[in-house]
Amino acid sequence: MDQLYREAIIDHYKYPRHHGSLEDPDYKAHDLNPFCGDELTIELKVDEDGIIRGVAFDGKGCAISQASASMLMEEILHESLDEVKTWTREDILDMLGIEIGPVRMKCAMLSLKVLKKGIYGLDQFEEEELD
Amino acid sequence: MAIPRNLNGRAVAAADETLDWAAVRSQFPIMERKVQGDIPLVYLDSAASSQKPAAVLEAMSRYYRTSHANVHRGVHTLSEEATALYEEARQSAGRLINAPSSRECVYVRNTTEGINLVAGSWGRANLGPGDTVVTTAMEHHSNIVPWQILQAERGFDLRYVPVTPEGHLDRDVFGSLMAEEPKLVCFTHVSNVLGTVNPVAELTAEAHAAGALVLVDGAQGVPHLPVDVQALGVDFYAYSGHKMCGPTGIGLLWARRELLQAMPPWMGGGEMIREVTLEGSRWNELPYKFEAGTPAIAEAVGLGAAAAYLMDLGMDNVARHSAYLTSYAYNQLAEIEGLQILGPGPEERMGLVSFHVDEVHPHDLSAILDLDGVAIRAGHHCAQPLHRFLDLVASARASFYLYNTESEIDRLAAGIERARRIF
Repeated sequence: MDQLYREAIIDHYKYPRHHGSLEDPDYKAHDLNPFCGDELTIELKVDEDGIIRGVAFDGKGCAISQASASMLMEEILHESLDEVKTWTREDILDMLGIEIGPVRMKCAMLSLKVLKKGIYGLDQFEEEELD
Repeated sequence: MAIPRNLNGRAVAAADETLDWAAVRSQFPIMERKVQGDIPLVYLDSAASSQKPAAVLEAMSRYYRTSHANVHRGVHTLSEEATALYEEARQSAGRLINAPSSRECVYVRNTTEGINLVAGSWGRANLGPGDTVVTTAMEHHSNIVPWQILQAERGFDLRYVPVTPEGHLDRDVFGSLMAEEPKLVCFTHVSNVLGTVNPVAELTAEAHAAGALVLVDGAQGVPHLPVDVQALGVDFYAYSGHKMCGPTGIGLLWARRELLQAMPPWMGGGEMIREVTLEGSRWNELPYKFEAGTPAIAEAVGLGAAAAYLMDLGMDNVARHSAYLTSYAYNQLAEIEGLQILGPGPEERMGLVSFHVDEVHPHDLSAILDLDGVAIRAGHHCAQPLHRFLDLVASARASFYLYNTESEIDRLAAGIERARRIF
């Protein structure tokens, strides 16, 4: 349990960072995890140089899905969109720092899935890369 | 005998003492299983799928080791043995629900397929614009989605009976929907989320008085309750093997003979025909008209063995044991602070307790319980409309069966307390 529910996960779940919504976001995407009903919306503001200057997420779900979103918001703020586009499932697992089994993987990856959907638009990335 | 009461003074269903339940538990080999290192498994997810007694595993293994061949085809020894076992199993599975004839018992993969068969065959032939089908907000997706798919094709009205805050079907709305003279009324015997046992015979009489046929989802009813389709008066009744000690991939759809006779086939292929010419075909007799292709023979044998196993135990005894475990769990969980139980009181439910714990998402709760070796279900349990009605994204569900014990339920309660401390 100390593994799966390490303190940082619980902390991000209870005190989510960048929770809410942005005025006039440049990017916005919503998706859910039909397997267990986690829901997530992510909004971004990006400046002319392609740097992410504003982030927000909203949603409901388990600690893994919501902490993953909260941590991801912190990670990508002030990064370039091009850089964020290269993020993979491994980056998310490193960020979470926990071992995740196949069932909870969809919870963990929802944040990246929504983010990529928001940046690339629907269906422009391979869902398999998140499995 | 005095009614046992727990500390809160709630009545607890009496334990069934007719059978030696420890001996019953020992008939399930998986109960020896250790998880998370060396912790004895506590399996509280039987509403999703039950475990299997040795009698079922051995019947399937024996069939493959000694008698396997295709059924209803060859005239050699093995084909005849396999056919005999396959048909004996159908009789056993039909007897469990007191079907008048095994001719009216169609093998299907599961309850879902049974309902889809009725929708695809009876529904496609009988429903169109101006017709009404009634189902309920309490249903598993398997008794909603097939009707939505057919509605898109055939253009009838699909109406839903809502659920009361106490977790019952709203009988007032049910009554007013009957005034619309629906052609078909569908509902579950036992709710897979609330545990509510629906008054099947009463609802059926009301639907029949309005001229409707009645389809009952028996997935959660057959494992726990004595079911008599003739006494209930229903027209279609479907159940799954894997929730009542049988294997996955097999279940039964029972329907009244005249309905099955009038229904067109829903899949074409081998076995289901009487005569095939290039100009057209004639259909086989019941129930083979609905069983195209080589069936799940070993699974059917397993289903028959599971039905025989339950009938040997006696469904009245099984029902008493399930009611006892359910009320024991209800009372244990009701004492946990911040825990809300979904659905009606212990005397009106069967086999399961779904709940929500403040601050702890059901997935996290399930993951933490798993570390204690306790298996429960977390999620929407294939009942998203019901969860939307309850204003929950998901819930946790502990479900009980023949092999469970009070001390396992105590371990569940202790695990929930531990999860509450973490969050």
